[in-house]
Amino acid sequence: MAFSFRRKSAIPGFGLALGYTIAYLGLIVLLPLAALVLRAAEVGPGGLYALVTDPRVLGALRTSFGLALLAAATNAVFGMIVAWVLVRYRFPGRGLVDAAVDLPFALPTAVAGIALAALYAPNGWIGSLFEPYGIRIAFTPLGIYIALVFIGLPFIVRTVQPVIAECDREIEEASATLGANRWQTVFRVILPPLTPALLTGFALAFARGVGEYGSIIFIAGNIPYISEIAPLLIVIKLEEYDYAGATAIATVMLVVAFAILLAINLVQAWSRRRLGHA
Amino acid sequence: MPDAGAILQQNAHVAGGGTTAGTTRRRAPVTGEGPVARAVLIGVAIAFLSLFLLLPLVVVFVEALRAGVGAYVAALTEPDAVAAIQLTLMVAAIAVPLNLVFGVAAAWAVAKFEFPGKSFLVSLIDLPFSVSPVVAGLVYVLLFGAQGLFGGWLRDHGVEIIFAVPGIVLATVFVTFPFIARELIPLMEEQGTGDEEVAMTLGASGLQTFWRVTLPNIRFALLYGVLLCNARAMGEFGAVAVVSGKIRGYTTTMPLHVEILYNEYNSVAAFAVASVLALLALVTLVAKVFLESRYGDEIAARSH
Repeated sequence: MAFSFRRKSAIPGFGLALGYTIAYLGLIVLLPLAALVLRAAEVGPGGLYALVTDPRVLGALRTSFGLALLAAATNAVFGMIVAWVLVRYRFPGRGLVDAAVDLPFALPTAVAGIALAALYAPNGWIGSLFEPYGIRIAFTPLGIYIALVFIGLPFIVRTVQPVIAECDREIEEASATLGANRWQTVFRVILPPLTPALLTGFALAFARGVGEYGSIIFIAGNIPYISEIAPLLIVIKLEEYDYAGATAIATVMLVVAFAILLAINLVQAWSRRRLGHA
Repeated sequence: MPDAGAILQQNAHVAGGGTTAGTTRRRAPVTGEGPVARAVLIGVAIAFLSLFLLLPLVVVFVEALRAGVGAYVAALTEPDAVAAIQLTLMVAAIAVPLNLVFGVAAAWAVAKFEFPGKSFLVSLIDLPFSVSPVVAGLVYVLLFGAQGLFGGWLRDHGVEIIFAVPGIVLATVFVTFPFIARELIPLMEEQGTGDEEVAMTLGASGLQTFWRVTLPNIRFALLYGVLLCNARAMGEFGAVAVVSGKIRGYTTTMPLHVEILYNEYNSVAAFAVASVLALLALVTLVAKVFLESRYGDEIAARSH
């Protein structure tokens, strides 16, 4: 090979494979995203700011980000418990429970959406239990929160689970030998090394929650300023042919998504430095 | 002092035995929780999963069969439902092979060679996972829509992409883009280039090496990736909703058909079509578990 771009190798096909990869990546992913950036540039920073600070847009962004944060926090707690139980304990049906964790990945979001709406509607199996106490779940922000918990759970479990499995039991034994009780061992020996994985899972669940659409719109009620999420507002703006408005919201969401991605990479680099593994 | 008996008991427990290894005292083992804490944690985990995962799944089938098997079958065999099923199958049949070829090419370049900017390339491949599905649809509208960058040119040449099948395929390809590549890259990196180098030394051509050495090495990871990619391709909603225009019987995939029926308060039909998608999800999960338990080593090096 004439060029020294890559290290010498006896294996063929580098040019073809990399060329195809970059061409396909460019065509399917980068060119369309560039169209969004271009459109945002056309609108200009001032225009974008004006569009994004519109009260209805701000409300939708607040709903999406706030509830995604709340749901990710809920999942951090329960996902952690689920991961712990799946790794450390043996009980009948464990395999089934382990497989079920991936259901939100596999179940189409629209199916999850109508199923949750049916469950939590005032006349649904769960909604009817709360209705007598005046608590409405479906068609309120509470419903969005439920859908986001559903969609985010596997992110926490599947990032934390392998790290718990790798935990060295001898460290726990050493901790106990040195006189720590179980609580102290859990909170001061076991949990700290899990933090990077937990943060990564949290960020993934949060990012997914902010962009989620299908599982939410059926249960949300979609009332502007109250239970309208940012992705739905993009769809509404598009239906009104307000491309600039849709672009502005999408730009904010894209920037935040990249910031989260960067944060995840930083957390993982930091944990590699501190703990010596990913 | 650590309770040696308790540790033994704990280890036996982890090994799947669960027998008491000669301990007489019932106290919390030092590297585990006591029986009460254990029962509470398992209880909380199962209750949480039943509430959030099992119940939504059950309700799909209950609602679908609420009006009996006749109504269920009728909802699946009416012309618009059949058209939606056909379109969904067709879109997946285009999107999955496209991403399959890309996944193999990308993994070949990334895993078998060293070049500058490699980790950046891998980040770019993962990019579609961080983009909201609705934004994924939007970018294609901005590109090919009536007011889009190429909108005028496309209209002059009579090419329809947005509110037509090509747009649905493109949006689906975008959201399922990383699935196969990200299954293959870590595995092929772990396998290295030794096998291929031996094959080449023994006189095999590049293509022979690929078909007879590399492909058999990655076949189960490939199958695994195809499975996940296909499930997402058939079930994608947000991205497809934006570009489809929802022309009934023409540009409605199964998830979009579910939405239309649900919004028309035709609950039984909506859940009937949804139940087919739920079945697809269940089949995917079962196949996934089977592949993981049977060929875990050959899928290996996976990170979700």
